[in-house]
Amino acid sequence: MATATHSLHDKLTGAWGRTLVISVPMVFLLIVFLLPFLVVFKISLSEMDVVFFKDVLVWKDDVIAITLRFGNYIGLTQDSLYLETYLSSIKFAGLTTAICLLIAYPFAYFMARSPADMRPALLMLVMLPFWTSFLLRVYAWKMLLTDSGVFNNIAMALGLISEPIKMMNTPFSLVLGMVYTYVPFMILPLYANLVKMDLRLLEAALDLGATPWQAFWRVTVPLSKSGIIAGSMLVFIPCVGEFVIPELLGGPQTLMIGRVLWDEFFSNNDWPMAATVAVVMVLLIIVPLALFNKYQAESTAGGRA
Amino acid sequence: MATNPNPKPATASANGKPFLQIKRIVKKFDDVFAVDEVTLDIQQGEIFALLGSSGCGKSTLLRMLAGFEAPTSGQILLAGQDIVGLAPYQRPINMMFQSYALFPHLTVWDNIAFGLHRDGMPKDEIATRVGQMLDLVQLKAYAKRKPHQLSGGQQQRVALARSLAKRPKLLLLDEPLGALDAKLRERTQLELVGIIEQVGVTCVMVTHDQEEAMTMATRIGVMSEGKILQIGKPDEIYETPNCRFVADFIGSVNLFKGVVEVDEADHVVIASPECRHYVSHGITGTEGMEAHVAVRPEKIAIQTEPPADAERDSLAEVGFNMAQGEIKDLAYLGSLTTYHVRLDSGMVVKVTHTNAARRDSTNLTWGDRVYVWWCGSDVVVLTQ
Repeated sequence: MATATHSLHDKLTGAWGRTLVISVPMVFLLIVFLLPFLVVFKISLSEMDVVFFKDVLVWKDDVIAITLRFGNYIGLTQDSLYLETYLSSIKFAGLTTAICLLIAYPFAYFMARSPADMRPALLMLVMLPFWTSFLLRVYAWKMLLTDSGVFNNIAMALGLISEPIKMMNTPFSLVLGMVYTYVPFMILPLYANLVKMDLRLLEAALDLGATPWQAFWRVTVPLSKSGIIAGSMLVFIPCVGEFVIPELLGGPQTLMIGRVLWDEFFSNNDWPMAATVAVVMVLLIIVPLALFNKYQAESTAGGRA
Repeated sequence: MATNPNPKPATASANGKPFLQIKRIVKKFDDVFAVDEVTLDIQQGEIFALLGSSGCGKSTLLRMLAGFEAPTSGQILLAGQDIVGLAPYQRPINMMFQSYALFPHLTVWDNIAFGLHRDGMPKDEIATRVGQMLDLVQLKAYAKRKPHQLSGGQQQRVALARSLAKRPKLLLLDEPLGALDAKLRERTQLELVGIIEQVGVTCVMVTHDQEEAMTMATRIGVMSEGKILQIGKPDEIYETPNCRFVADFIGSVNLFKGVVEVDEADHVVIASPECRHYVSHGITGTEGMEAHVAVRPEKIAIQTEPPADAERDSLAEVGFNMAQGEIKDLAYLGSLTTYHVRLDSGMVVKVTHTNAARRDSTNLTWGDRVYVWWCGSDVVVLTQ
């Protein structure tokens, strides 16, 4: 019995234990992400049958009939609406990511360089918005931005403008809403990265003749690259597929793929087409990111950059 | 104790003025004096070591030279120019940081070229200079590596090459070998001195390791509590310490507390409970004042028989500079043996005996009754 416990202990702390610990999240992702994705992929290859879609696999008269319909994928390339929507989603997500980075970097830098006893409080402030409902916060922007909203009313009362500026349902309101919502996701990884930076490296740069500004660009920024990448991914990926913010704050000029997905599923009730749009979106995001990650892993193999 | 095998005499610069002049420099951190009115002159081509335990202010002094700390008051003149108001990146001074602070995202080549790029040096000149530096530290084959792919000793050489690349007027070394293990350190000390002398740069180093300071430096300043207590060549600091702190800090020492009995120009006699000390040189003091007699452990002879009169330096010393005691402890260290002898007065004296012959005839052991004695010319009288 004693030896059995001993060997179990060895297994748990050795390679077995490692496999076990890694496999738990892996299995979880397999069940809640990969399997549903395959189901969606299967639906994208099926055909509509008036109100519902036919199954890809049909068992009838002792024959398994597999019907793969690629019509949806071909359709995607033929209707320019889809391509435009993808591009526009990527454009708005990219713009949001860039603005988030511009806002978050100085903020995270300031936080990381502030006295150690102040940092938890600053961190708390970054996370404070999460304590109220996301929907409520986005909806509040509506109140602020409409033609008869707070901003326009104040500006008109002060005589700065004679008629309301159209802010609501424009690219401006959409990007504002997305930046507002996602900026903490940029700040946190950047902060985590900047706070552990060895400040003597900056002294070394100054000592070698770099001005503080040069030291920032030549040392701080390159060393925070992994934080920039992590933050950008955390903002960019959900932004591409964002539905709620475009729905509440967007307008006719702000085509987003989430909106098209919703229409295909619930307005047109065309599940195979909706599934196709979803699959292509995932591939469009994952493939470049995977390539990028691979390149990153190679260039910093074993490094701590 | 290793001493610099080839001590380079401090040469005065062309105009006769010291190359680096530190004048009454003070640094206060909230009412605490980290550096307290230090005045120091360093000649061109010198390797000057600031030696002291942690918190003595040596690092603060070095950081003021580099420009990372602004002095509360005082002047620093480099080649006659006051550099106190200059930012670190404006000073013709480069530093080799403690544990190196190499840029982890840059290759060895780019680390060394970093400072040259900041000066806007043309690309081909940078390539030539970096090549020279890599040759100097013998790392040509490692130019494309990142710092984390190098051993500690190699990183140390990259750090040295990086700090020399801009041909600074003054090189600062902050605990240059602190991150290396003992064996490697010994070899690197002389290698480092060789490179610095080859380049001919004036150098100020900070260390807590007296052996490192004595091996590398032409002169040493011993610091304690923000003040420099003594400045001198390694042998001066060791053989003629000017106060009890320096005597105790550099190497080990036996301090006999006594009272001056006879004060003549050519000799003094100091009475302590252990014995009467005959010191064959004069001191600045008066009869009746309290003084400490410092005797280094290797200057003391240990034997079972009393020394023959003929063995003494001068017959005047007969009856002086000798005590009896019992061996309380001994440590055989290979090249030498350390004895702890409890004298009859109760004081414990440390004696080291070099094991020159393979079988030492003395063959002393625990509990042996022994005589310890020394020459009046080998002691230092400390009145501070």
